[in-house]
Amino acid sequence: MPNMIVCVKQIADPEAPAGSFRVDEAARKVIPASGVSQVVSPFDEQAVEAALRIKDAQGGKITVLSLGKDFVMDVIRKPMAMGADELILLQDPAFEGADSRSIAYALAMAIKKIGEYDLIFCGRQAADWDAGQVGSGIAEFLGIPSVTVAKKVELVDGNVRVERVVTDGYEVIEVSPPLLITVSNELGEPRYPKLKGIMAAARKEVPTWTAEDIGAEPSKLGAAGARIKLLKLFIPVREAKCEIIEGENPEEAAANLALKLREVKLI
Amino acid sequence: MAENKGVMVCGEIIEGKLSSITTELLGGGRGLADALGEELSLVLMGSGVGHLASEAIAFGADKVFVVDDPLLKDYQTDSYVAVMEKVVKQVSPNILLLGQTAMGRDLAPRLAFRLDTAVSMDCVELSIDPESKLMLQTRPVYGGNARAIYACEETRPQMATVRSKAMDPLERDDSRKGEVVSIESGLDPSLIRTKVVEKVKEEVAGIKLEDAEVVVTGGRGMGSAEAFQELEALAKVLGAAVGATRPPCDNGWVPSSLQVGLTGKIVGPTLYIAVAVSGSSQHMAGCSGSKNIIAINKDAEANIFKEARFGVVGDYKKVLPAFTAKVKELLGG
Ligand SMILES: Cc1cc2nc3c(=O)[nH]c(=O)nc-3n(C[C@H](O)[C@H](O)[C@H](O)COP(=O)(O)OP(=O)(O)OC[C@H]3O[C@@H](n4cnc5c(N)ncnc54)[C@H](O)[C@@H]3O)c2cc1C
Ligand SMILES: Nc1ncnc2c1ncn2[C@@H]1O[C@H](COP(=O)(O)O)[C@@H](O)[C@H]1O
Repeated sequence: MPNMIVCVKQIADPEAPAGSFRVDEAARKVIPASGVSQVVSPFDEQAVEAALRIKDAQGGKITVLSLGKDFVMDVIRKPMAMGADELILLQDPAFEGADSRSIAYALAMAIKKIGEYDLIFCGRQAADWDAGQVGSGIAEFLGIPSVTVAKKVELVDGNVRVERVVTDGYEVIEVSPPLLITVSNELGEPRYPKLKGIMAAARKEVPTWTAEDIGAEPSKLGAAGARIKLLKLFIPVREAKCEIIEGENPEEAAANLALKLREVKLI
Repeated sequence: MAENKGVMVCGEIIEGKLSSITTELLGGGRGLADALGEELSLVLMGSGVGHLASEAIAFGADKVFVVDDPLLKDYQTDSYVAVMEKVVKQVSPNILLLGQTAMGRDLAPRLAFRLDTAVSMDCVELSIDPESKLMLQTRPVYGGNARAIYACEETRPQMATVRSKAMDPLERDDSRKGEVVSIESGLDPSLIRTKVVEKVKEEVAGIKLEDAEVVVTGGRGMGSAEAFQELEALAKVLGAAVGATRPPCDNGWVPSSLQVGLTGKIVGPTLYIAVAVSGSSQHMAGCSGSKNIIAINKDAEANIFKEARFGVVGDYKKVLPAFTAKVKELLGG
């Protein structure tokens, strides 16, 4: 039965109204908007779902890993409420100021500490900084193969069969474990936690590991291990100048829109 | 680090031709190379691809590195990362550019980690800082709500993937001169751990979304697969391609290859007609390069009206048929 690990990130709801979004340009930081809730990054929920589907079919164990701070426990326990077995949090000031590389390094070290794994799942990209790098980084640090942007993952006779989304369709890729897979929304909706799952998840112990616990080299963590520097963060200006086309009724407004497009030679 | 010189583009070949992202990267890369007074090169990987070198030169490359090997016929992470690692170590470029495509998204991070450097993904603007001579890498973050500018100060090459349509190709000029260098792949087949067993095409008939001059897009507010047939009718009259936001794809109303946005297709038509689309930042990431956005939405407060040039506030069920009929009449159909 496969041992599976899913990496999930807690972020501010990426579908909150754009108008609520603010940045502190001087500090190069996003200002947390009041009233915007924390969520598990959406593709990461799909990564949990991909692991659960394998567990439904073949059994196995799912361990969830999350690196961060200010965890909202009800939020970060959600993958367990959905059916994952364990959750381990990585939290340490040494992780702060990281780039994709130093996060991938820390997660890879934690995975080495867990020790046994056949499949590691990540989201295709975290829906805050939209980098899409950490999964490949973990695979590179662990020296295992990776398949990115998956829409279906199955275990067939001990081999992994992955459907990877490409521009004009998808590819079917076969590879033997251990393997890292990043998951995309084409996988389908993640399941809702059931009440029983939520109650069971709330009772589980959640260990927190520090940099020392995972045996990480301080020089490779957080800001010290980062290879890229953020010079500037800003909100791009948009000039709003929409001309609303009116009419006595919707049909007339529609016809007027067509006439307008003709007038400005767009049709 | 002083020995790292030149701007290198990692090329992509689609159906035996240089893909559009490759000529765009050559156009953008040319500007960076000229600003630095350095050379622009292209890496061509594949099987039987050498004949494309002259085309790459016509589009601006000073030098083309050709790695020809039957093992490179299909993109595979292990083989392409290994070959690019070898080429980069041999040539020592200062800058390496890739496309934000199925291949570049997969290849770039893994290669950057292996080379112990960093990459900025999905850049929309690249420039050379006149003082530091560093490449400034601008990319949308937070779904497009903000922009970040990065630099990679210490390690080389400085790497970026670039969003399609963010850069302009040069005019093709067959009189341009350049050098073609062939490099052995040195691939050990046993290092390729994955196997592509099948490729499934899900292409829709008609005009390609990415290339279309007119795009008609439906959002969640369309409500059903049947409703998209009304959009098809308008698209037919206009000779347009049909696109969608993510929810219609997730709901199975349309194939997921129609998705426009951050994680879908990037379009840049002259006319983009968005029907029952709210205008989320992640969707706009894929269509904000359109020259004219037209919105039909029943909610006057919808964000799409902040991005559109013309709009009608109303129920698409009433607006769309009347609009299609009038367009048809005007076009003499
Ligand atoms: C990391 C990430 C990546 C994403 N990538 C993409 C992407 O690539 N592409 C993408 O599209 N989305 C993407 N999304 C999803 C995105 O955030 C939005 O959820 C999505 O774009 C909303 O689609 P929509 O506008 O169709 O739906 P909604 O936001 O639900 O809007 C529907 C609109 O239809 C209008 N409407 C309803 N009924 C009618 C009617 N009868 N007549 C007229 N108007 C009507 C409503 O007023 C509303 O404005 C991504 C999200 C995340 C977090
Ligand atoms: N802090 C984190 N903790 C756990 N997993 C993470 C973290 N950051 C990124 N990941 C994983 O890596 C994926 C890609 O993240 P990114 O490269 O930041 O876009 C995410 O979808 C997660 O699965």
